[in-house]
Amino acid sequence: MKHLISIEDLTKQEILKILDKAEEFEDVALGIRKCRILEGKILANLFFEPSTRTRISFETAMKRLGGEVVNISAQEASSIAKGETLADTIKVVSNYCDAIVIRHPLEGAARFAAENSAVPVINAGDGAGQHPTQTLLDLYTIRKECRKLEGISIALVGDLKYSRTIHSLIKALTLFDTKIYLVSPEILSLPEDFLEELNGDIKRAKLEDIIGEIDVLYVTRIQKERFLDEEEYRKVAGSYRITTATVEKMKESAIILHPLPRVDEIDVKVDSMRQARYFKQAFYGVPVRMAILSEVML
Amino acid sequence: MKERELVVSKIREGTVIDHIPAGKALLVLKILGIDERTKETVSMALNVPSKKMGRKDIVKVEGLFIKEEELNKIALIAPNATINLIRDYEIEKKFKVKLPEVVKGILRCPNRMCISNSKEPIKSIFYVKVQDNEVFAKCHYCGRRIRELAEFLL
Ligand SMILES: [Zn+2]
Repeated sequence: MKHLISIEDLTKQEILKILDKAEEFEDVALGIRKCRILEGKILANLFFEPSTRTRISFETAMKRLGGEVVNISAQEASSIAKGETLADTIKVVSNYCDAIVIRHPLEGAARFAAENSAVPVINAGDGAGQHPTQTLLDLYTIRKECRKLEGISIALVGDLKYSRTIHSLIKALTLFDTKIYLVSPEILSLPEDFLEELNGDIKRAKLEDIIGEIDVLYVTRIQKERFLDEEEYRKVAGSYRITTATVEKMKESAIILHPLPRVDEIDVKVDSMRQARYFKQAFYGVPVRMAILSEVML
Repeated sequence: MKERELVVSKIREGTVIDHIPAGKALLVLKILGIDERTKETVSMALNVPSKKMGRKDIVKVEGLFIKEEELNKIALIAPNATINLIRDYEIEKKFKVKLPEVVKGILRCPNRMCISNSKEPIKSIFYVKVQDNEVFAKCHYCGRRIRELAEFLL
């Protein structure tokens, strides 16, 4: 039985296999072609904290492949959990379905769930820990929109300290021959411990110094609550705001990604520029999750 | 043997733990569950000059034969320690502690948001590694690394 808990559990070959599979499912995701390979299978979406986007993306993927979905919301999940451990909840729910997607506020919860489950577990985010399906869809988007993964240069902008999206993505990118620039305010820079574990071409940089040479600009939200001083926040948040003027300095072929939701770190005027690909990125979540679901259940 | 005889008296039967990093002897006693209520004869030498280590600590416990789990714990805080099992004043067996690759239920994760610190029926699991002569451990669940292992012994 296969689980998907952390991007680190996957080899480069396994990652590429999922991306190739996603490619095959793209027309199914668009509704152009029918495919019922998961007919008769049930997926349980077990969300201990709300994340509508991720949940709907899994639900769509499952339904496009002919499968069924039971959604267990944050409220229901916590009422199942009333006086009951996660271990027990998983033992019960895994008897009802063929795979479980779990979202949980505690780090390592998905791995622990997998250890207690009779069916494959897919991690849809555990606290500040892992979010491997987001990383796979990010990689897929880069490969699709840049037409390659090897040899690209990418700037990661925003909250590099707490963003689980960023941590998983950096780990995965180091498997490919990529040049990574870290752009963040000092207090939100990548943790030293984390950086030490990585091998690869990774440098801190100022956005204005590299904006003209990068292939991918990956923007994340800077959370206000991370700052003690609101004025400090305003200064920092403003300095990483992507406007049409920023985009004009980018290469024609470069792309802008964002895991969404955004607040105001990307000006809405950017949306209509050819470099903006974050909504396309959100769509790619469907074929990528189809690939993952078929991989774990078939 | 001579050096040791000078600082701590011989024991008839029990365990001698040598090559403990200076300052860690009290922690070794704690791991062995030895406190003021203990009945065994315990002797300890602190800051003993050592060719290999500069300074080291030694612990001798009469009548105690060390258990596997205690060995693992000692290895985490004193990776170069040697264990001598004594019978009739003679060394019956002498060996170096071996750093375990995985420890279960021995270390506590410092990450409050880690599932291993929740009310779940769960035992902490850490992967032990050595890097640049320094021992560190990585949490199986949340990936957090810890270096000052002594502070996180359960
Ligand atoms: Zn942990």
